[in-house]
Amino acid sequence: MRSSQYSGLPAWVYVPAAAGAAFVLLPLLALMARVDWSQFISLITSESSVAALRLSLVTASISTVACVVLGVPMAVVLARTRFAGQSVLRSLVLLPMVLPPVVGGIALLYTFGRRGLLGEHLEVVGLQIAFSTVAVVIAQTFVSLPFLVVSLEGTLRTAGRRYDIVAATLGAKPTTVLRRVTLPLVLPGLASGAILAFARALGEFGATITFAGSLQGVTRTLPLEIYLQREVDPDAAVALSLVLVVVAVLVIGLVRGSRGQM
Amino acid sequence: MTDAPALTCEIALGDRGVELRIEIEAGETVAVLGPNGAGKSTLLSTIAGTLRPDRGSARLGTETLFDLDTGGRGSWSQPHARGIALLAQDALLFPHLTVTENVAFGPRSRGVPRRAAREAALRWLDEVGAREYAGRKPAQLSGGQAQRISVARALAAEPRLLLLDEPMAALDVTMVPPVRQMLRRVLADRTSIIVTHDVLDALLLADRVVVLEDGGVAEEGPTAEVLAQPRSAFGASIADVNLWTGTATADGVRSAGGVEMHGVAHAAVVPGHPAIAAFAPRAVALYLEAPVGSPRNVIPARVRELEPRGATVRVHVAGPGGAELSAEVTAAALAELGLVPGTEVVAVVKATEVTTYPA
Repeated sequence: MRSSQYSGLPAWVYVPAAAGAAFVLLPLLALMARVDWSQFISLITSESSVAALRLSLVTASISTVACVVLGVPMAVVLARTRFAGQSVLRSLVLLPMVLPPVVGGIALLYTFGRRGLLGEHLEVVGLQIAFSTVAVVIAQTFVSLPFLVVSLEGTLRTAGRRYDIVAATLGAKPTTVLRRVTLPLVLPGLASGAILAFARALGEFGATITFAGSLQGVTRTLPLEIYLQREVDPDAAVALSLVLVVVAVLVIGLVRGSRGQM
Repeated sequence: MTDAPALTCEIALGDRGVELRIEIEAGETVAVLGPNGAGKSTLLSTIAGTLRPDRGSARLGTETLFDLDTGGRGSWSQPHARGIALLAQDALLFPHLTVTENVAFGPRSRGVPRRAAREAALRWLDEVGAREYAGRKPAQLSGGQAQRISVARALAAEPRLLLLDEPMAALDVTMVPPVRQMLRRVLADRTSIIVTHDVLDALLLADRVVVLEDGGVAEEGPTAEVLAQPRSAFGASIADVNLWTGTATADGVRSAGGVEMHGVAHAAVVPGHPAIAAFAPRAVALYLEAPVGSPRNVIPARVRELEPRGATVRVHVAGPGGAELSAEVTAAALAELGLVPGTEVVAVVKATEVTTYPA
């Protein structure tokens, strides 16, 4: 028997709360109800489905690594230093989180596209990024990076600087402190940030279709495949959607697990 | 440690209202006392290099820690390059490392190979009597154990100066005497600064006392002198305790004058060894004749001085063999007893309020 604490909530609060929960769960049930279970395996193992699933997993994994490589230093600088314009910079860096992905895709196109800010120069040395798998990774990294930075910066701030200072007074150089004390202490935050970034990368649609297009096996990730199949073969779209739902549930479980270890 | 360096430090921080200068001789331990906000932590932080003062300079041995007075350019060495270890109230053992890895952290950071660093760590764990916890994680330790290991970790880094910021304030009272004993041993020949609120720390660990008030040095001097005749308000407030020094007996301390003060002995007290009994002035009652019943501590004394303190009066009395005691007496009781300097009295000290410590 679990003991319960006094909640102090008025009874009516449970009504909108339950309505909200139903609002979130009902569409998932509707999706489950539409799955053609007899065809399920063959639908998700068709050539185009497997190609999309594989491309999604590969690009989302590379994007997550890119987010860690770029996002950890960003989070450390934002959490541990103070400089003029820092709060403005923080807001701007988090912009991709609230920006419509299609806008992000257009912005990337004008950066890395053939006529883009950097793309023009890359074109000269023979590099074409837009409408390639690299473009998929760039689009996913662009939208996912803020998730890792926000999660890790919060954990770093909560952890405080006391252990870092002790490590420095024991003679550890800044790199040693970062590697042996600061980062190991925020590992749970880093893990949950990386998982959230992975999930966001896996679900990325708008920026990808704008900046990378939809070529099977090259840029057509699972969300793009689902969108395409919706017209041609609704049953396949539903089956693949369920695959993404299962991945999402796993992600939530992993994040809760990594947070729970603290 | 024969090569312990001396420290000179002069700092000014405008926004904290701190402006002070302290000097510490090679191998000397100085206790820094003072009320909250007096600048004690600021002093330690600037010496450790985690806080930059507006102006000032500091030298440790022949090395300049910082010099911010040279026309604004100034030098500032990073905390990790100073060879100064900082012990805080909380042990702050790295929670993701084992006890041995924690203690080996300093040597490893210096570039000592893994195996040699581990051996050094185990040696220092022996030194603080914590070898048995070598394989544990910090979460599996009590506060006293963790603080011992934190001392071992600081010493393993082979610091040239040790800073202690109220290292026993967070400990359970029963853990304080053994940790203090251990500190007494390791601080003996080291240059060190200990910030404390406890007069016993100053008496047992420090050679000299510096009292800070309002961001400046209010008084300084040899510990015994400052405690005997405090000139600052804070010095007086912490010196307001009776200390009975001598040799430990089964349940008390026998003074050089041969008078035994019975009390509650701490476990670490060994009969026959030097010890100190401490008790507050309000634990001392004065009578004109020995009271009936059988109080355990009855000391013949003579009133030396009366010192009004608000609603009460401190009566300083001299006992046999030059032992000094002070008693807290109400003004009414004083009038009733008719105490004046020179009056022969009997001082009775409640044994239950006397605590004895190893000295």
